[in-house]
Amino acid sequence: MTRVAETAREALGDVPDGATVMIGGFGPAGQPVELIEALLASGAGDLVVVSNNAGNGDDALARLVRDGRVRRIVCSFPRQVDSWHFDAAYRAGRIELELVPQGNLAERIRAAGAGIGAFFTPTGYGTPLAEGKETRVLDGVPMVLETPIRADVALVKAHRADTAGNLVYRRTARNFGPVMATASSRTVAQVRDVVPAGALDPEAVVTPGIYVEAVVALDSVTAVAGVSA
Amino acid sequence: MTAPARATGPLTREQIAARVAADIPAGAYVNLGIGLPTLVGDHLPPGSGVTLHTENGMLGMGPAPAPGDVDPELVNAGKVPVTELPGASYFHQADSFAMMRGGHIDVCVLGAFQVSTAGDLANWSTGAPDAIPAVGGAMDLAVGARRTVVMMTLLTKDGAPKLVTECTLPLTGVGCVSRVYSDRAVLDVGTGGRGGAAVVERFGVSHAELEDLLGLSLEGD
Repeated sequence: MTRVAETAREALGDVPDGATVMIGGFGPAGQPVELIEALLASGAGDLVVVSNNAGNGDDALARLVRDGRVRRIVCSFPRQVDSWHFDAAYRAGRIELELVPQGNLAERIRAAGAGIGAFFTPTGYGTPLAEGKETRVLDGVPMVLETPIRADVALVKAHRADTAGNLVYRRTARNFGPVMATASSRTVAQVRDVVPAGALDPEAVVTPGIYVEAVVALDSVTAVAGVSA
Repeated sequence: MTAPARATGPLTREQIAARVAADIPAGAYVNLGIGLPTLVGDHLPPGSGVTLHTENGMLGMGPAPAPGDVDPELVNAGKVPVTELPGASYFHQADSFAMMRGGHIDVCVLGAFQVSTAGDLANWSTGAPDAIPAVGGAMDLAVGARRTVVMMTLLTKDGAPKLVTECTLPLTGVGCVSRVYSDRAVLDVGTGGRGGAAVVERFGVSHAELEDLLGLSLEGD
């Protein structure tokens, strides 16, 4: 059953040192800023972070990297014009990077959530990112064996939740949220508002509440996006 | 048999974009890579019925918003604000790449550092030892679309050919590119060029000059 928390810190719960944490978002779109700030405040370190990017500017994800909380990051696109905290940590050898093509990242997360043991994909075949991986020609197409990525905690940002933990998203902020929510032992979602069970159209639910351990309503979430009710 | 040639060239970036757009079939589902290929969207004729896919999770992507209408939760793969057109849809990352990998996207237009005559693509890493690697969706896009084409200048700023016998930079995909649109020529490669490079159209250069620029023997005219 989903908890409705009052604060981001309460929603986050205990994240032990060394935990693997999935963080939704594609750059700033869909980044669960307040939950990452709660993770920073919790003091947890030695983390493995799974996220498409490695932080922009001084945003919450970038500060997690800056403050040395992340031992290893699994992502597709760490280097950006404003990824200076990641760049510095990487150059200084303070963070390990596993670079994964974006579609493989999404599918490996999806596979974990769906109980798939591994899968063959054409993406990356013959490139440096497939080196050392098992390959097979299937139906005439060379394929690479990829394994699931799962996590202890997923932090996602959705648009709205109901008290049953069902989530709906908004525009391209959806990105990794729905697959990450399925692939973690615990999923925590920050939303603009939490409505009573029955107030969301069941046909429109994107992430069913079974995947969601806690939700927290944060007014600031879409104030940033300039969204009215 | 002579490939069509424009007397003047090389083409500008906008002219290359227009040339790419002219080959996109009406009603196609198209992904435009970040950088140079995004210009192609401006040259699709009104009423073409082309639907743009952006791999961060949207079909029916529209042009940049008016300054007051920017929504940080509505961005393209380059994280640049965009708009939604009537009939647009949103989906998560696994669905977006399944759509790509599953062969549902008709055309993908990508930029490139190098393309080989066999259709290999190198567009994600300069191979510099101190470079911080980043790949994004490039490898998925390269092999996923029904047809992957490249839009690039034919030569580097230093004058080195970007169409080569074998890529020296780290690969993005093997044998995935079927056509190259450049400022000097349009060329079929890989399966499109039957294993070599074949000239489709030239812009202000002769066939012999093109072969000389590239240091390659070219089919096609």
